[in-house]
Amino acid sequence: MISRVFEILSRRIDGPLMAALALTIALGLTVVYSASGGSSVDRAVGQARNLGVALIALWIFAHIHPQLLMRLALPVYVAGLGLLIGVALFGDVRNGARRWLNLGFTAIQPSEIMKIGVPLVLAWYFHRREEGLRLRDFVIAAVILVIPVGLIARQPDLGTALLIFASGFFVIFLAGLSWKVIGSLAAAGAVSLPFLWSAMHDYQRKRILTLIDPMEDPLGAGYHIIQSTIAIGSGGILGKGWLNGTQAQLDFVPERATDFILAVFGEEFGLVGNVVLIVLYMLIIARGMMIAANASTVFARLTAGAITLTFFTYAFVNMGMVSGILPVVGVPLPMISYGGTALLSILVGFGILMSISTHKQLVSS
Amino acid sequence: MMVGQALRDQQRELTVFRNRLLLSGLLIVVAFVILLARFSWLQVVQRSYYHTLAEQNRISVVPVVPNRGLILDRNGTVLAANYSAYTLEVTPSKVPSMERAIDELATVIDVTARDRRRFKKLQEESKNFESLPIRTRLTEEEVARFAVNRYRFPGFEIKARPFRSYPRGEVASHAIGYIGRINEADVKRIDSQGLATNYKGTDHIGKLGIEGAYEKELHGVTGSEQVEIDAGGRAIRALSRSEPISGNNLVLTLDLELQKVAEEAFQEFRGALVAIDPKTGEILALVSKPGFDPNLFVDGIDPQNWDALNNSPDKPLNNRALRGQYPPGSTIKPFMGLAGLEYKKRTPEYAISDPGFFSLPGVPHRYRDHKKDGHGSVNLHKAIVVSCDTYFYGLATELGIDSIHRYLTQFGFGQPTGIDIEGETQGLAPSQEWKQRRFKQKWYAGDTVSIGIGQGYLLTTPLQLAAATATLANNGRVVHPRLLKALQNAQTLETREIQSQEGEVVAIKPEHLALIKAAMVDVTRPGGTAVRAGQGAPYTVAAKTGTAQVIGMKQGESYNEKKIKEEHRDHALFIAFAPADDPKLAMAILVENGGHGGSTAAPIAREVFDFYLLKKKPVVKQPLVVEDEQSD
Repeated sequence: MISRVFEILSRRIDGPLMAALALTIALGLTVVYSASGGSSVDRAVGQARNLGVALIALWIFAHIHPQLLMRLALPVYVAGLGLLIGVALFGDVRNGARRWLNLGFTAIQPSEIMKIGVPLVLAWYFHRREEGLRLRDFVIAAVILVIPVGLIARQPDLGTALLIFASGFFVIFLAGLSWKVIGSLAAAGAVSLPFLWSAMHDYQRKRILTLIDPMEDPLGAGYHIIQSTIAIGSGGILGKGWLNGTQAQLDFVPERATDFILAVFGEEFGLVGNVVLIVLYMLIIARGMMIAANASTVFARLTAGAITLTFFTYAFVNMGMVSGILPVVGVPLPMISYGGTALLSILVGFGILMSISTHKQLVSS
Repeated sequence: MMVGQALRDQQRELTVFRNRLLLSGLLIVVAFVILLARFSWLQVVQRSYYHTLAEQNRISVVPVVPNRGLILDRNGTVLAANYSAYTLEVTPSKVPSMERAIDELATVIDVTARDRRRFKKLQEESKNFESLPIRTRLTEEEVARFAVNRYRFPGFEIKARPFRSYPRGEVASHAIGYIGRINEADVKRIDSQGLATNYKGTDHIGKLGIEGAYEKELHGVTGSEQVEIDAGGRAIRALSRSEPISGNNLVLTLDLELQKVAEEAFQEFRGALVAIDPKTGEILALVSKPGFDPNLFVDGIDPQNWDALNNSPDKPLNNRALRGQYPPGSTIKPFMGLAGLEYKKRTPEYAISDPGFFSLPGVPHRYRDHKKDGHGSVNLHKAIVVSCDTYFYGLATELGIDSIHRYLTQFGFGQPTGIDIEGETQGLAPSQEWKQRRFKQKWYAGDTVSIGIGQGYLLTTPLQLAAATATLANNGRVVHPRLLKALQNAQTLETREIQSQEGEVVAIKPEHLALIKAAMVDVTRPGGTAVRAGQGAPYTVAAKTGTAQVIGMKQGESYNEKKIKEEHRDHALFIAFAPADDPKLAMAILVENGGHGGSTAAPIAREVFDFYLLKKKPVVKQPLVVEDEQSD
């Protein structure tokens, strides 16, 4: 009986991937508990609730057949785009940025939908143009990508825009964009850097300057990065022990439960903890790549590849930012940081991966 | 064909995809290796550096300020005490608009106009990041009211801290002095003495009087506490603590009750009184009238009070006992007489016939006696009893200025007494050399004549005069006046007496001393100039009156006290010791614009002696009046 229930529950679940995710998530909960001061379980319980919702979403998406998902790609994208335009016209301003759209019963950030919507629609597009891709197809793909990215960057939410751009770019790259184009785009990007610089907001420029020299403004823009590197560095090889990080527990690390949770983790668990976390991430990524490599359709391949690479990007950008080698952008540490939305979109992504992994026989037959 | 093409394309697409996925995988590995290298750098190579920074972040060493020593009188009465109270402090740099913040604060707790003015002055004198008191001595209710509204006032903080209070107010204010907030000059001095560490956390310092002079004893040794703090600077827990050592209590030589009697004896007059135990040099009373309330200075004085004190014509902030320099007038005559005897210019029996004036040979100028027709036949005894000027004009002329200078210097004239608080001036015992140095002029014989009656260039402080009188009372053993009697350990209450400084001895023949003392006793008997000082007393008083001119009189003009403006009236001076045969108290009194010594100063002396020797408090106060009679 129990085994029957288990079989029904786990039918569409990819075992190795789920195991690595479960370990990472468990690690995340212990760090969230510590990062909330270690005295109250409210946050950990809240995060567990978020986790429950996200796991159900994962399970549901694992059961959605890739064919159906492909059919949903365009409607989701169009709806997301509509909502983004709505935000630009009627959105609520919070913390100086217009990112939220009030739907009457709830407020949503349409950019979150696009994190899934953009790679799906691009994969769908390349799947349709399977027979002989031409340069024209890549131009159209670029337009599909740039419109939502531009809208999100204007909110302004540069971090999300860059991540969505990355996820879309991964689809285009994996679809076979020629190296010549990539090379010339890179060159064009380098040339336009000064223009990009002048188009940035002051706070964005400051973040980049801060990366170069955080001591320039140790109590202002540099404070986050100085305190987080102190936290990580002082953790040493073995760490100060769970709940014993002074930087974390005495509130020196800002945003310690969310974007800067790696500082708490690195301080309390040391280099050993960081290695374990990186190994877990690499296992997840490796499994994602295997699923992508073995996927049976272009859509499935591109989607799985893009999801995996995007996951990597989240992890790398956050770790690089907290350890002081990348500028500060608002990216959470996947599956560790406190917060429901990010966890949801990541587990939805892995649900899709599992669907691709478990539905491939049916497609090929 | 189409199908084959499509299949080939598919195959090609799959190869491209897998190659690119592989490439991405490699890049991912490289990226994670970079991250691991970064973590290794931070957590292995740089670990101790970051560890230090983290410790510095969390551990703050907080100074623990020691209790300031108390100041007690010789009988243990508290003159300066500490009490704990709440203050509301604000750091100006954290407040964008101070005016608005204070207005808002005034809706929560009382902020008077005086508080505002005082705070404004304080703010001008301090650095922006210093925490300054805006209100002191908050009530429990005010503390509670502020606490509820605290969020509205960033930069404001309630602190419980010790306050200094001077429970006796004006009494002995010039001796006790006061503490005030440490200013820039204080900081420099503290730094130069290498005391910066010991003053961490201390924001008050002794400024004047005993508080200033014995700052080192009173302050104590600052302790420290290692505290774990959070990012907001709030202390989470104490890690270790080294206790502060409280400052020593100071037991003064002053007798508060005597001090009060002496101050009250002045009634409305300005002036100074210094009363010394001639055997030890202990100062029993040190009066400078008017005084001031030292409590006003503790947390920064408000401009209104400051102006009132500073601009008052009565100059209450001037310590007349130490700083006021006055001609000693006739009070110099006993010393001058001793010089005449010791230098063999006079015998006890030698007498002059006093025509009422003195003239230098061959000079028509008449140096007048205060008694127009003279005192008749005058020997030294009588010259002192009736304060005959003519006698001393001649004596001074014969002694010559340098002998006078040499003799007076032995009694401490013209030099600081070395009292143990700051600020005394040194008076002036002139000499030929001095005049040459000071005015580039030679000394004229005429300059010497008025020195004989304590006028001319001669200047003395009341303290000096008291010390010289005590030395005389002490039979020539020089008295070094001091205010500190003992140091008391605040914890163990163990008391360490300060030893009297063994004085040098002015060699005086006993019969000369006896003659002068006897003459001084007769001053307070019928026929003398200060009958009031001794009349009906069960003890004998030796004394000498004096008058210091405030304005010069023209030749032939007569002085009438009633006709002159109050502030142009002569200063009254008085020296005395009692009991004459075994002196327990020696003193000098100055009454500004008090006329001559016999009328205003002698009654003050009598009250002080009565209280000290008989424990008798003056019952009915006779108003002090400046008398018209020319007795001095």
